[in-house]
Amino acid sequence: MKFRAIAQLPAGVLTLALLLGLAAVLSSQAPASPSLTLLSKDGRRALPLTLVGDQEFVALDDLAGPFQVAVREDALGAVTVTYKSKTIVLTPDQALASVSGRLVSLPAPPSRSGRRWLVPVEFVSRALALIYDARLDLRKASNLLIVGDVRVPKVAVRFDPLGNAARLTIDATPRAGSTVTQDGDHLTIRFDADALDALNPPLPPQPAQGIVQGVRLVDATTLAVDLGPRFAGFRSTSQPVDETQRLVLDLLALVPSDTAAPPGQPAQPTPPPPAEPPLVFGQPPSAFHTIAIDAGHGGDDEGVKSGDGAKEKDLTLAIARRAKAVVEARLGLRVLLTRDDDRNVPLDERTAIANNNKADLFVSLHANGSMRPTTSGASIFCAAFDKDAAQAAAVGGAERLPTFGGGSRDIELVPWDLAQTRHLDRSERFAELVEHQFRDHVPLSSRAIDRAPLRVLESANMPAVLIELGYLTNAEQAKLLASDAFQATAVQAIYEAIVRFRDAYAAAGGTP
Amino acid sequence: MTARRLLAVGVLLLTAIVAGTILWLRVPRFTSQATPRAAAAPAPTAPAPPGRKIKARLFYVADDGMKLAGIERDIAYGEGATEQAREIVAAQIAPVVGPLVSAVPRGTALRAVFLTQAGEAYVDLSREVMAAHPGGTLNELLTVYTIVNALTVNLPAVTSVQLLVDGKEIDTLSGHVDLRQPLAKNLAWVQ
Repeated sequence: MKFRAIAQLPAGVLTLALLLGLAAVLSSQAPASPSLTLLSKDGRRALPLTLVGDQEFVALDDLAGPFQVAVREDALGAVTVTYKSKTIVLTPDQALASVSGRLVSLPAPPSRSGRRWLVPVEFVSRALALIYDARLDLRKASNLLIVGDVRVPKVAVRFDPLGNAARLTIDATPRAGSTVTQDGDHLTIRFDADALDALNPPLPPQPAQGIVQGVRLVDATTLAVDLGPRFAGFRSTSQPVDETQRLVLDLLALVPSDTAAPPGQPAQPTPPPPAEPPLVFGQPPSAFHTIAIDAGHGGDDEGVKSGDGAKEKDLTLAIARRAKAVVEARLGLRVLLTRDDDRNVPLDERTAIANNNKADLFVSLHANGSMRPTTSGASIFCAAFDKDAAQAAAVGGAERLPTFGGGSRDIELVPWDLAQTRHLDRSERFAELVEHQFRDHVPLSSRAIDRAPLRVLESANMPAVLIELGYLTNAEQAKLLASDAFQATAVQAIYEAIVRFRDAYAAAGGTP
Repeated sequence: MTARRLLAVGVLLLTAIVAGTILWLRVPRFTSQATPRAAAAPAPTAPAPPGRKIKARLFYVADDGMKLAGIERDIAYGEGATEQAREIVAAQIAPVVGPLVSAVPRGTALRAVFLTQAGEAYVDLSREVMAAHPGGTLNELLTVYTIVNALTVNLPAVTSVQLLVDGKEIDTLSGHVDLRQPLAKNLAWVQ
């Protein structure tokens, strides 16, 4: 009956109703009209943006007020923007601007909208910034335009749950100092800045029963970390990393959580509690100070890819970060990551980071690939050298070289590519420890420990292993590797191996 | 005098011819060498003989994916060690159909093979061996030792192999195995 009634309505009414409905739906779904937030010493204001295709445009008229520019259109259609006798000339249909006689490209030509001229938002950074007295910093990703000497660090927050602890890493770029205070059920982080360039919220809400429930923006320069019921205490450290100031909050939980077994594995009896090392924020008990953890691949070198698109480079970075957080928080050791973001680091540079920082252990993390989709299991590799190379390394010895201030000193010369030859025994010992810890927790391949001429290990002047955590080319294993439970378990096993290696190191007076 | 000399020369020549004929017919080692040579020459009207083959052991990914499996194959005979090395590598990297799986990425072409007097073979492959490589330490080890073992197992004159790509030395194929030096035979990666 209803269909018949609708069919009897005049077609025009139906069309109108449909259009109105569509408009309502679109208006409810459409994001708020975009705007560019202009930040200066005088405060903040919003400049409306117009979206044409994927390109954001700003009206020249809207720039005229805040930037004190004059906009004039001549008879030939060219538009001239003048600021203190300096000019920018725009020509319709040309994605170019002449800035004081110098041509700069724009992502799109200027466009007329009624009586107003619209220019791509990049006009501000590519053209206007060249003639403007103050610095103009356009941050398109966050729709910010910073005018003059205003400190607006970009703030990125990362949260790593670590079983019975957690770590918040807060990067401020360019560097900005901060203070952390605990105010009841939240931590307050105040930045020494004029504003923050951060997502809102900087960290999405976390599970309510965890250590941290979320991070939110309180005001222009303050973040609040909402603490969960398991929160017991925290330690904060801050250090510069290139142009970034990195604030690390190590958060402790009241009750240790159980280590979950990786899905798909037969249920294993829970390891006895003594296996869980105490949380220590003090000095390491031996001369074992530094560990280098190498997240394999990165940048355009994606490594192995799984059938569903998971990339080795992302997996290794996630596990390396977790491992760093766990080892630093629990052992107080210094942990260096050869990369802490998605970039390609040459193999020699990775080893150089470990060698130059006198690391006591080098662990390279990878995920494997096989031409056969059923191949599975983790492997731990040590370096292999042919006999000639090993002999050549053995021949190398100390050389007496002059030192500053007179005198001389015996310097042990080790060929770079053969540095690992002197540490092979200890590398194998560590590989055995990892294999032992993986057993029952991380599925192992039929060749759990192997030796191969692996480039990243050969130059490491300390015990070094490469751990293949599993096969991304095996669909089941790829799923396992991506799971939070597996990553936590693998990190825990590596951590346990490090603890035992360090203890052996201390017991043997530095040479386990 | 002249007639007597001519007579003497004639007698000598006749004696030499008779002795030569007797030797030719009576001494078997002379005839046994000569006969095959003559037989080896193909008759002008006979069909072209099939290409000469040799047996070689080639390597493919084993069923468990963890190692290589050696399989004996007939491959083209190559004149001299370098040419034979080229034939072996060409056969080894040729596309295969199931159930065989090659550890060498499909599309990889052989550009050249060089041998040194020290027993090192330099195998120059096209860039596909890197560009199409799926990555992973095991995959890379199997790719490398497929070529290294194919040459070192089948040609005693080759003791080590270095891979080149587009005529240049490379560090690794996909970020793992050090390829800056020639690698020796390694049967630990073979079943």
